[in-house]
Amino acid sequence: MSEIYWEEEIETLPRVGLESIQLRRLKHLVARVYRTVEPYRRKMDAIGLKPEHIQSLADLSKLPFTVKNDLRDNYPFGLFTVPLDEVVRVHASSGTTGKSTVVGYTANDIKTWSGVMARALCCAGATKGDMIHNAYGYGLFTGGLGAHYGIERLGATVIPASGGNSKRQIMIMKDFGSTVLLSTPSYALNLAEAMDSMDIDPKSLSLRVGIFGAEPWSENMREEVERKLNLKATDIYGLSEVMGPGVAQECLHTTRGMHIFEDHFLPEIIDPDTGEVLPPGERGELVFTTLTKEAFPIIRYRTRDISRLFYEPCACGRTLVRMEKVTGRTDDMLIIRGVNVFPSQVENVLMSVDGVEPHYQIVVNREGNLDTMQVQVEVSEGVFSDEIRVLENLTKHIQGEIKDLLGVTCKVKLVEPKTIQRSEGKAQRVIDNRKI
Amino acid sequence: MLVEQIAVFLENKSGRLAEITAVLADNNINIRALSVADTADFGILRLIVDNVEKAKSVLKENGFTVGKTTVIAVEVEDKTGGLARVLQIIHAANINVEYMYAFVNKTGENAVLIFRFEKMDEAIAALKEKGVTILSREQICAL
Repeated sequence: MSEIYWEEEIETLPRVGLESIQLRRLKHLVARVYRTVEPYRRKMDAIGLKPEHIQSLADLSKLPFTVKNDLRDNYPFGLFTVPLDEVVRVHASSGTTGKSTVVGYTANDIKTWSGVMARALCCAGATKGDMIHNAYGYGLFTGGLGAHYGIERLGATVIPASGGNSKRQIMIMKDFGSTVLLSTPSYALNLAEAMDSMDIDPKSLSLRVGIFGAEPWSENMREEVERKLNLKATDIYGLSEVMGPGVAQECLHTTRGMHIFEDHFLPEIIDPDTGEVLPPGERGELVFTTLTKEAFPIIRYRTRDISRLFYEPCACGRTLVRMEKVTGRTDDMLIIRGVNVFPSQVENVLMSVDGVEPHYQIVVNREGNLDTMQVQVEVSEGVFSDEIRVLENLTKHIQGEIKDLLGVTCKVKLVEPKTIQRSEGKAQRVIDNRKI
Repeated sequence: MLVEQIAVFLENKSGRLAEITAVLADNNINIRALSVADTADFGILRLIVDNVEKAKSVLKENGFTVGKTTVIAVEVEDKTGGLARVLQIIHAANINVEYMYAFVNKTGENAVLIFRFEKMDEAIAALKEKGVTILSREQICAL
């Protein structure tokens, strides 16, 4: 079968041509952002940088970084570059201290996004003729709708299954003849388990390819998903601050990284401590600059994801750079069943409960195929009672607050005082027992 | 009329109860009555001791979370229907029992019931009215 591209010309363009497109777009972006967004202008002025100082792609490194806190400081719409009446959609993800980070899209942005998502689907071997089962969550999370629009753009049939209700999803896959599955890798394993309990042989389904993302997963997990669901499992990358799903996608020829659609998303790898740009092939923090987004462009966004970039040509014919599967984070963010969780968010919830002391620990496990989070809280005199009911209400209350604020169900375990290890300097807040 | 009780938080792990009793013994504190309430994840040890303040401070020094509450100690004859009669009085007065435990004194003639009620003052009034014997801390320690 010959390789299928969505936009062959751009996806296979010699790098010189690609870089000239990137530079043109970068200059345009910097000028526009400087003109229209005060926080960006302030940051550039502070170091005496003007848009005309950006004359080559290497000049990108002169620009200040953008971090998640910048989004929070300008909550909700402060970093938008267009009036709100041009914004046709917003998405939001949880922020580090309770406030969401909000992103917006113009009609053109939605077109761009659908386009890169269609590229990602093609890259994974999906075609117009496919029945595509989209089990990413629909809602404020970019996964569901982002993938949905891409599938429609491709011209395939989308089943907007969203998350949950595994048995029904499996019935639909069987009856509708789903050929491509989109979900988080952990949910894919969950589906496999449900199939097993329903005595349904995955070989009796029509699944051919899986496009899995939104949480870190290992090569071992890939093998497991492929074996249990009888499909080819590919990795997709994206984050709402940059666009959503469709920033990068693995092709069928390689497991060595995902092709970044770099005519839209310009990647760099930096040393997370010094901020210096690292040479190709070296591992560090992934940084993105959006080249074409209108409503919410972002310059040098620090993703906190650790990866590497490979510029060597790929057997699929694409000249687009590949990023290695994300191998970790430079901050303490946890991803629990696809939801981003910062220990500081848990801490905020605990601190809002009267009498609870700031000694806590988060223990993450993978039980079966699902991530579980346990929050251990020391029982101080302030919250202690001789009545069971009072203590049980306390754990339920904390659990409810965490669920409300973070969107994650956890178990709260009360422990004796001074049993959570005190550390010199940075406290060990998280014990992650998952083997990813 | 109210008796002071100490409560200690217990994580479900082995040896904790032994540690508490050892701490109390080392400090010459006598346990008059105790009960353990437990759930799947934790327990609460409730104790009536002869020296409440000392017990509280030595347990705290040893890293336990300790609370102090008041309970009512009721003496009944150790025979059929003793507890039932007390509970009927409480029920008639429309008062909830938060928890209770019991022990039989040395002579074996009387039983002592330790109660924590939702409405302590009303419970005392209702029990007194019906002539139920309510013990003081001194009386319990002397048993």
